[in-house]
Amino acid sequence: MYFPRRKKLAAAIVGAASIALLATGCSSGGGSGASSDKGTTLTYWASNQGTSLANDKAVLTPELKKFEKQTGIKVNLEVVGWNNLQTRINTAVTSGVGPDVVNIGNTWAPYLSATGAFLPYDTANMAAIGGKGKFVETALATGGEEGKTVTSVPLYGLAYGLYYNKKMFADAGLTAPTTWEEMVSDAKKLTDSSKGVWGMGLEAGSYTENVHFAFITAEQNGAALFKGTKPDFTSGGVVSGVERYLDLMQTDKVVNPSNAQYTNGTEASADFAKGKVAMIVNQDNAGPNLEADGMAASDYGVVAIPAPAGGKKISSGIQGINLSVFKNTKHKDAALKFVKFMTSEATQGVLGRPYASIPVLKGVAPTFTSDAAIAKTFSDIYNNASKPYPLVPLEGAFETNVGNAVNNLFATIATKGSVSTSDIKAGLQSAEDKTNAAG
Amino acid sequence: MRETTGIKVFRTITIVILALFVVVPLYIMITTSVKPLGDVQGAFSWLPTHFTLQPFIDIWRTVPLGSYFINSIIVSLSASVLSVVVAIFASYAVSRWRFRGRTVFTTTVLSTQMFPGVLFLLPLYLIFININQTFGVQLVGTRPGLIITYLTFTLPFSIWMLSGYFDNIPRELDEAAKVDGASALVTLFRVVLPVARPGVIAVLVYSFMTAWGEVLFASVLTTETSRTLAVGLGEYSTEVNVYWNQIMAASLVVSVPIVVGFLLLQRNFVAGLTAGAVK
Amino acid sequence: MTVTTEKPTIAGPPARPAASSGSQRAKKRRLPGWWLPLVLIAPAVVLELLIHVAPMLVGIWMSFIKLTQLYIANWSAAPFLGFGNYSVSLDFSGPQGAALLQSFLTTCLFTIVVVGVSWSFGMAAAVALQRSFFGRGVLRTLFLIPYAVPMYAGIIAWKFMFQQQTGVINHVLTSLHLTSAGHEPFWLIGSNALPSVIIVAIWRTWPFAFLMLMAGLQSIPEDLYEAAALDGAKPFRQWRSVTLPGLGGVNRVLLLVLFLWTFNDFNTPFILFGGNEPPAGDLISIHIYNTSFVNLNFGFGSAMSVLLLLFLLVVTGIYLFISNRRSDDNA
Repeated sequence: MYFPRRKKLAAAIVGAASIALLATGCSSGGGSGASSDKGTTLTYWASNQGTSLANDKAVLTPELKKFEKQTGIKVNLEVVGWNNLQTRINTAVTSGVGPDVVNIGNTWAPYLSATGAFLPYDTANMAAIGGKGKFVETALATGGEEGKTVTSVPLYGLAYGLYYNKKMFADAGLTAPTTWEEMVSDAKKLTDSSKGVWGMGLEAGSYTENVHFAFITAEQNGAALFKGTKPDFTSGGVVSGVERYLDLMQTDKVVNPSNAQYTNGTEASADFAKGKVAMIVNQDNAGPNLEADGMAASDYGVVAIPAPAGGKKISSGIQGINLSVFKNTKHKDAALKFVKFMTSEATQGVLGRPYASIPVLKGVAPTFTSDAAIAKTFSDIYNNASKPYPLVPLEGAFETNVGNAVNNLFATIATKGSVSTSDIKAGLQSAEDKTNAAG
Repeated sequence: MRETTGIKVFRTITIVILALFVVVPLYIMITTSVKPLGDVQGAFSWLPTHFTLQPFIDIWRTVPLGSYFINSIIVSLSASVLSVVVAIFASYAVSRWRFRGRTVFTTTVLSTQMFPGVLFLLPLYLIFININQTFGVQLVGTRPGLIITYLTFTLPFSIWMLSGYFDNIPRELDEAAKVDGASALVTLFRVVLPVARPGVIAVLVYSFMTAWGEVLFASVLTTETSRTLAVGLGEYSTEVNVYWNQIMAASLVVSVPIVVGFLLLQRNFVAGLTAGAVK
Repeated sequence: MTVTTEKPTIAGPPARPAASSGSQRAKKRRLPGWWLPLVLIAPAVVLELLIHVAPMLVGIWMSFIKLTQLYIANWSAAPFLGFGNYSVSLDFSGPQGAALLQSFLTTCLFTIVVVGVSWSFGMAAAVALQRSFFGRGVLRTLFLIPYAVPMYAGIIAWKFMFQQQTGVINHVLTSLHLTSAGHEPFWLIGSNALPSVIIVAIWRTWPFAFLMLMAGLQSIPEDLYEAAALDGAKPFRQWRSVTLPGLGGVNRVLLLVLFLWTFNDFNTPFILFGGNEPPAGDLISIHIYNTSFVNLNFGFGSAMSVLLLLFLLVVTGIYLFISNRRSDDNA
């Protein structure tokens, strides 16, 4: 291993600890080579997709048992909550010691790919998991950096839709909106703040939701968030997109300002189920939640989030969870077998229902809902009206910083009443500065 | 001594304000834990309208709280007992001998209190990984890793408090034991420690509470099998819902043993502080 | 009363233990058993080196390299930056430096208020409970509970109370007609976030001040008060001339400990805001955490931590210097 001179100096200063530390860099890359996987145990970190970590365990365990029966490979499952997952992955990447297989939010794929910690699905590895031909192309496109070999493959697909309360729409003599303007005018008609009823509900305090809408509205305006790999958050299209989204609360006044404090991704859907809001934007996995809050699947309809008249018809980012293998796994072959198993039609069919995920495989019917219309709507959105989030290493920083900037703008609207276009631009500029600093 | 009206008014106002300040959050915690989730998500009410103990049953299912409990007990007990043992030896040395490096030792130990904990996290994780690769001792994701971390975190305050306590125990006791032919260690165990019991208990309580409530390091240094209660409490906010009533119920379950233990030992704690830290 | 100057306290002058008789000769000839204290402190030294000192050194080293997301998986490739991370941190006209300065000032305000109010509450309660009366034991126990409740549990209860629509705070404000229904203030977002996090921090902190001051009061002899009363001193006068000087040693330690703990407080904002820290509640430890673990610039985060450490060292040093001198003057 080559030590630059200054490294040696640093090592000398820091002493034993750092020498050991540098050794970490070299000690990775255990490689595969085991001819038989029988008796191998894989460690698998799964993300929280179900109602609780315990629920996830219950859903996944039977599938892992099936896998063990087929291959003799044991899978040691740990479900990691979202509050910990990214930090755990980052520390694993940093130290070179982690699980064999891991779930990642697909928007993390580019930056994690850039760290070089994950196994690239090159031709041989891709063949080992069943070939790239089986995946929906747009979904597979989320797997890494633009123009490079993907380091993750899609596992669960998700897409945004506009949920509307059928009865409230019928009572007001309205039909589901097809343009942003219609959506706003419908929402205005349905808003009666004196009765505590609002046209729309938003998770306006959740940075992940907010950044997704910054992306969707920018795409609708035909604006790009990155110039090459450099952030560009203050162009006219991005700013007016964010403004259009903020205006739902600020000037259209169809969103209760209290939504600025909704951070969990669940409060708006609870309001929707209780009839307090007529429309929400949510990913396709809202069903079980709405049901738990007392709203039957027949009570609501779903359409694509509409674009403004003349805008591009983009309704969603390619949402979802991807599956990656750590490069320094000692059980590469077994890990790839496991990836193949998880992305097989059979497993996708079983997990699609409890996790309300859209199939990431070509030509496979969705199982997440019994409502054929809703299934078709979401499949259409996922396959035809979605775009991948920016496939650049700074995507992670973009999410946090733009998302938080929009959070803060909503907070200002809720607490102080208004933000100007220049406030929005300033907020996005500061997000851009922070994002640049992360690179 | 005669009390003026002024004193009485001051005392009443102080007590009422502070008691309310302390009690309201505790009251909210208790009442929320016996409400159904629907009521908790609605407008606030002081009294539970639909009393239920269901959250106290659900908490064990939503999150494997039972095994977290066991982890927390093992980790906190081991860390606090070991911390006290290590602190006793170190404090005795600092209090009774003047040796080379003594000032460096005490200064370094105490200045660690100024270092922001966030920065320790990643380096510590890396050091643990390296220990594993060099010596084959697994520290990340295991209880021993967490135990030595907590034990060290509480050492500075413990050493400082205990050495203060030892300083206040007259040297004559040591001298008398020495004359009787006792060695330094025998003196420590037979003569000094019995007198220093409140100080030892105070340190024990402090270390236990620190270990019981720590969140940041536990969230990175533990896996599912070694996770502690303080981290586990965060798992009641899931992708699907925030189970406020269960959060409060679990918080109560987690708090009660430690609060009761602390209150039982509080006299010792105060006495330990008085002699150790305050004098 | 002997005070901390005679204890091995933070960066203070070397302690003067009772066992100094042998120290003269020790310079020439090692006494038998000279190794014993070294053996006794050995476990503590090893642990401190492993858990505190080594990570601190690694952290300092990190602050000199460009440890961003592109390099975290391969440290040896991270470019050496020298003081690059520091100059960005301290360039207050740049966006990064400006944000750090803002966070630092917020933290100063937070610390001053939290320490000030916690100390005042602790003092008021300790004085109020100084003399025996019916129910004193119960109140003392009650006041100590927030200190004993695990951090997460106490803070999360406050988070629930601060909810805009379902929280008790707005419920009370509305029923007192301080706010009107439909226009309830937000507590966890916007500019109210700072008062909120301050309140929660005070709730968790003041019982410790109470505990220490109560312990200190017990060591003030009753006859000092009687003498003061004979001189015709009113209660407030007595407090100023007897209680406060009597607590000098306690206060010196207490204020320093409160200052350090509060300035480095991570848990209160982290749990209260749940990762959605509003700018008004962007305390320094959270700022560093976000830079390191969210924006994955560990080098920059480390540089800020080292600056923070230096600041705290300087403040502590000045504090001890002044307070030691003052106590010497009084002696």
